[in-house]
Amino acid sequence: MSRLCWVVWGWLVWLVVGAATAQAAEPVVVWHAYQSAEREALQAVAARWNEENPQTPVRLLPIPYEAFANRLTSAIPRGHGPDVFIAAHERAGDWSRSGLLRDVTGEFDVDDHHPVTVEALTIGEEVLGVPLAYKSVALFYNSEMLSEPPATTDEMIELARAHTRPDDGAFGLVYEAANFYMHGPWFFGFGGEIFGEDGSVALNSPAGRESLAFAHRLVEEERIVPREATGSLVGHLFREGLAPMAISGPWFLGELDEDLPFDIAPLPAVSETGLASTPFLTVEAAFVSSQATQPETAVAFARFLASHEMAVERALTGMQPVSTLSAYEDPAVGEHRILSRFREQLDQAMPMSNDPRMRSIWEPATQALGQVLRGVVTPEVALAQAERRVALYTRPPPEPKDPTPLMIGLTVLLLLGLGYGGYRFRRDRVWARMKASAPAYVYMAPAILGMAVLIVVPFVVGSAVSLFTHQEGEFTYVGLANFIDIILSQEYGLTDPHSFYFTLGVTVLWTGLNVFLHVAIGLGMALLLRDPWMRMRGVYRVLLIIPWAIPNYITALIWRGMFHQQFGAVNALLAFVGVEPISWFSQFATAFTANLVTNTWLGFPFMMVVTLGALQAIPRDLEEAAAVDGASRWQRFRHVTWPLLKPALVPAVVLGTVWTFNMFNIIYLVSAGAPDGSTEILISEAYKWAFTRQEQYGYAAAYAVLIFFVLLAYGLFSGQLKTHDPASKGES
Amino acid sequence: MKVRLGERILAHGVLILASIVVLYPVLWVVKMAFSPSQAFSMSLSLLPKQWTLENFRVLLTANDGIFFRQMLNSVIVAAATTVVGVVLSCTAAYAFSRFRFPGRQVGMATFLITQMFPGVVMAIPLYILLDNLGLLNSLTGLVLVYSTTAVPFCVWMLKGYFDTIPVDLEEAAVMDGAGQWTIFTKIVLPLAQPAIAVTALFSFMTAWNEFILAATFLSDERMYTVPVVLQQFVGDYNTEWGYFAAGAIIVSVPVMALFFKLQTYLVGGLTAGAVKG
Repeated sequence: MSRLCWVVWGWLVWLVVGAATAQAAEPVVVWHAYQSAEREALQAVAARWNEENPQTPVRLLPIPYEAFANRLTSAIPRGHGPDVFIAAHERAGDWSRSGLLRDVTGEFDVDDHHPVTVEALTIGEEVLGVPLAYKSVALFYNSEMLSEPPATTDEMIELARAHTRPDDGAFGLVYEAANFYMHGPWFFGFGGEIFGEDGSVALNSPAGRESLAFAHRLVEEERIVPREATGSLVGHLFREGLAPMAISGPWFLGELDEDLPFDIAPLPAVSETGLASTPFLTVEAAFVSSQATQPETAVAFARFLASHEMAVERALTGMQPVSTLSAYEDPAVGEHRILSRFREQLDQAMPMSNDPRMRSIWEPATQALGQVLRGVVTPEVALAQAERRVALYTRPPPEPKDPTPLMIGLTVLLLLGLGYGGYRFRRDRVWARMKASAPAYVYMAPAILGMAVLIVVPFVVGSAVSLFTHQEGEFTYVGLANFIDIILSQEYGLTDPHSFYFTLGVTVLWTGLNVFLHVAIGLGMALLLRDPWMRMRGVYRVLLIIPWAIPNYITALIWRGMFHQQFGAVNALLAFVGVEPISWFSQFATAFTANLVTNTWLGFPFMMVVTLGALQAIPRDLEEAAAVDGASRWQRFRHVTWPLLKPALVPAVVLGTVWTFNMFNIIYLVSAGAPDGSTEILISEAYKWAFTRQEQYGYAAAYAVLIFFVLLAYGLFSGQLKTHDPASKGES
Repeated sequence: MKVRLGERILAHGVLILASIVVLYPVLWVVKMAFSPSQAFSMSLSLLPKQWTLENFRVLLTANDGIFFRQMLNSVIVAAATTVVGVVLSCTAAYAFSRFRFPGRQVGMATFLITQMFPGVVMAIPLYILLDNLGLLNSLTGLVLVYSTTAVPFCVWMLKGYFDTIPVDLEEAAVMDGAGQWTIFTKIVLPLAQPAIAVTALFSFMTAWNEFILAATFLSDERMYTVPVVLQQFVGDYNTEWGYFAAGAIIVSVPVMALFFKLQTYLVGGLTAGAVKG
């Protein structure tokens, strides 16, 4: 064992040293989140650059999309960021105001690019990045099933009706109707606007309402679009020839087989208004970091990426709709059967606003869309509520406060604490007792030291953030304003799904049911799996821990798919026993159940393993003796096994409770809060405040601190914070 | 104990049902891993239309086989986390179980309390801290962070188990002249094998599947751990499910192998006799 340790540590040292020396060469570092073909194209461009500029090489670093934005904002201000990064334009406004970006105005010729792509990257007079490519949705159609794409929505509905047979799972059109991004074409096609002339949020306009009613018509009245369509379902129906039309973007190409006869066309114009259907447009750009170590090379590389030749490379290798106009003069690009179609759609696309408020639009707008599709409210009510939510998420920060009272208070508290501690220390002769148990401290020192540095320090720093408000990279002290806001639930009624108390109730229910099911199932399985007469125990045991072993990102999404109303396995099974198909994510109880089932599936193996270990401490002859005395199986369990097992299970149960309380990714992946945010738990609310609603880190930290206090109260009141010492043991 | 045939059939029935429920979604992962398409499968059939190893081939050979290097990183990080985590918590838990000293109750409670603070606000402070310690772009930094995440559970679990080991055994050893350390390593640890196996598996898993912190701290592709690599297949608009599923299978095999090895300690017959007390 100790040799293994040395080998491991040797490796670690080697890797650390290796990393340190590798940094000495200092290439220009480029961060990106590209996948497959787009990544290959970028690698080809970088290789070309390195060939031409051996003195100033670049190095690419792929970063998972999910960690990308967070990492930028932590790394750049601390000087560990990239020189160049490739990202979508929506957050550029925030980055620029937080001082993360270098101004590239005048560093490249804006006339080389499609004006819409430059517009998306411009704030005031300043150009924030070099445009590379754009993404928008368009109409994919099966060219065997349709000879011509529809030019108007009326034609589209007409064509779709002819191909719709809901009971066979065939639909005329498939797109993610409940996703506001995908709804964009109709929203703008009816003449809707997100921000009005005066800059205020203008979702609830007649046009906006009509667009929502139109979506309802497609799904619920005409029934030509399937309900609860996810990206996976869109792909499935289109690939299988079960839908002649789909709305999706360039990323969809990767899912389509080469032998599938399809073509792409601009989205049909809205018949009611005669306006073009205008999808949201995202522009991908090369941004230069304000902290770039070699800014000239960084800018030069960004320019190189956007140059004609490299744009052609990216278009043909990466299948990227590039923004460089001259690339389309190359016939290989300009006459390309896919790229040319997206180029057509570009002329009628709406760049996503780089207004920071934009990020607070998605969640309320998507909820409004969901409510209208479920038919629970009219578009007017739904959009009015959405506007109120946006106003809430973008409300002005609390007044800055003077931190002096806090400082004085903290000092006084510290002195009082020290004084009292010193008094107790002397009165109780703690020093003498501590000296007497010196070996105990030696045993504990490593663990305590590690915990103190790596948990307590971030803990203190993190909770201090809750006293601040965050805007554009600046933290301002606001005292307890965040807490007061949450606890008094000033913005919501107590029964509103977004109020702290409603969410707390859901969280408690979620935690209690989960832990109960994990323990009950885990215990049951463990009891079955320890009996020596049970054949193939080893096989069952290994099979049953698989849910723990596989990354839950994929299995949680598989469960989500299994809960689909029409195409899911769960309803198929229920139909087998005669239950009508359930729309799992349209009601609180069923959506909550879907989350619960998924998390139980994921969580019971851990409890099973813990129980298997704990059962080893129970002498079998006690149970056998009880059996001889005529105790039934249940009596033996209740009076012999369980009392002995309980102390060993307590830590797993208590910690399981704490973990489940903060288990946000299952909620996020399975129900995503549906319906209407009601299945969110406290931690997923905190995440939303931190990452999808204006980066309100202070507010999110206040949520986190409250979560901490709730759990602390649970620990104190249930007595779980006391160590459970067996009564029979004396002091040793 | 005699067990009736009916009970045996019932027990097998329950286990077979549980295995089916557990395996059905997993077979879905297998299907996607062996399908040529990168799409998320929605059809109820559990067999791919075409079988192919292409996803595995691409994953393993991309970038001159950097995946093996990344797999090695994962193994190093998870193994080191297991060693560090188990060693730290064995000693701490022993102290908590066998000694009575000032700060004991507070200490135990603190381990638990640290788990109550949600990770959402810890990531950025941790980043700053590791930066100041010079451990930002290193596997050592990850190992430290993961170990301290795993330690609280391990300490509580082990402490609970140590409590069930009768003190008489140790007292007898003291009579025979054994020192504290000898008692700990020669008597207590061997008897606590089942609990150590559980904590080892738990520590390993803590490190093995984590990607958010790893993706935030590491800035060299050759230092990435496998979960970071897998997460790269999840994009802004779509996910390459074929590669992800293939990677998920590769990632879960070592865990199952480890568990297969550890389960002999979980259900071994050696300890039961000695703990009769």
